[in-house]
Amino acid sequence: MCALSASVRPRAILPGSSIVHEPRPSIPLLALVGPALIVAAWAAVSALQLFPPALFPTPGAVARGLITEGMSGRLPQDAVASLFRVGAGFLLATAIGIPAGLLLGHSAVARAALLPLVNFFRNLSPLAWIPFAILWLGIGDPPAIFLIFMAAVFPVILSTAAAVASIPSVYFRVARDLGIQGPRLLSDVTLPAIAPQVITTLRVTAGLAWLVVVAAEMIAGSDGLGFAVWDARNGLRIDLLAAVMVVIGLLGVGIDRLLVQMTRIPSVRWGYER
Amino acid sequence: MTPPLVLHLDGVAHAFGEVPVLHPMDLAIQPGEFVAVVGPSGCGKTTILNLCSGWLTPSRGVVRRNGRSRTVFQHDGLFPWLTVGENVRLGLQHLAEEERTGRVSHWLGLVDLLPFAQHYPHQLSGGMRQRVELVRALAGETDLLLMDEPFSSLDYLTRLRLRGELARLLQEQPRTVVLVTHDIEEAAQLADRVLVLSERPARVCDEVKIGASRPRDLTHPAVVQAVHRILTALGLEQEQPAAVTAPG
Repeated sequence: MCALSASVRPRAILPGSSIVHEPRPSIPLLALVGPALIVAAWAAVSALQLFPPALFPTPGAVARGLITEGMSGRLPQDAVASLFRVGAGFLLATAIGIPAGLLLGHSAVARAALLPLVNFFRNLSPLAWIPFAILWLGIGDPPAIFLIFMAAVFPVILSTAAAVASIPSVYFRVARDLGIQGPRLLSDVTLPAIAPQVITTLRVTAGLAWLVVVAAEMIAGSDGLGFAVWDARNGLRIDLLAAVMVVIGLLGVGIDRLLVQMTRIPSVRWGYER
Repeated sequence: MTPPLVLHLDGVAHAFGEVPVLHPMDLAIQPGEFVAVVGPSGCGKTTILNLCSGWLTPSRGVVRRNGRSRTVFQHDGLFPWLTVGENVRLGLQHLAEEERTGRVSHWLGLVDLLPFAQHYPHQLSGGMRQRVELVRALAGETDLLLMDEPFSSLDYLTRLRLRGELARLLQEQPRTVVLVTHDIEEAAQLADRVLVLSERPARVCDEVKIGASRPRDLTHPAVVQAVHRILTALGLEQEQPAAVTAPG
């Protein structure tokens, strides 16, 4: 009996550690192997002069370009301009997209009325808006923010609506039992229930916004990293072109690393661990 | 004067659209009574529970409830974004804020889960989660506990253990219970009265009263006898068990 009851006991879990998947120990050096190999291959190709030097910059030239443009302050300024636009457009898209998605997820009427429209605009490349963005908003921050908003808001709406619609009804029944109603139903049940999925969408959408800002600035900008790409191309400075590309890629990774922090919040871990 | 019924179904029938799921039924549940509803799967057991809780409004008849009711679900009834302690705390909203922490510890202690108060539900096993859900429902000082196959997602031995735990908790904190289950042993071991339902549309085809005091063992003669009678009502056993009719 005693032996049985011991074996029957649900598996014991040590406090602190648990059956949850521990994050794998990170091996920072391993993450550098890929980039090191790429740079080595790049250096080898340019040293062998397989391509004309005017078309294929050397790693050294790019590094020098990074340093001089970084020191002159131009590259940091462009980066700040682009980050500001992405931040503004993305926040606007989130501020409008999440409430709109909540409405669409909760109301079958709203879904029937608005979903076709949302789907239409989601499938319309935001880049197609560039001419109108320039005509309506000119050059600089407003058209870029508008384009980022157009790229980000529809995925946020759709994903939020889908997350709301797929909340297990048992949560609402439990809430009813426990006397949770009115605004508390939104803050205590709906929002925490959709949080993991919405966070994932925000990560994907931020990546999308970062792609769009470069395109927007190439055409409708007078500064920013996209403009810097275009400017370098016009000046035939392929070393600077590659340098700006490196910065764009690194900042994109940085944005994602920042947003991935949201998935570490204890109350959303359940969404990623089961 | 008799105490008021905790739950009273008066000529309650239900249909989903054109499909009848429940023939008119009457059910009167006394305070402190433990009633189990068993029947073949898909026969409308859960519908009865949803009518009892008020989640569904019956197509016909009236459901009268006296006092608060709480439902324990088959699984995943805990909010995954709250810790075990916070989940139980939600069941204590009738208490003043400063009283709650002590009560959370008390209730978690009753099911040996105090060390897991800071854990999230997904970090626990299925049996532990059901125990938490059970105490969250009991903690509300509810008059009526509705249970929808609360142990059916668990392995057999865990199920037996939790049955014992439920019986013990009810001994300490008596409640009126309606348990819906397809587990006939579970019904016979726990309940004072078992309603046996037919195939859909469900009607009560037998009502088995079990007089032996609770908690009782699974092998208690009254339980074994009730299991036999329920199985017979469901057409799964012969009227007279072979062992009894065999010539001595």
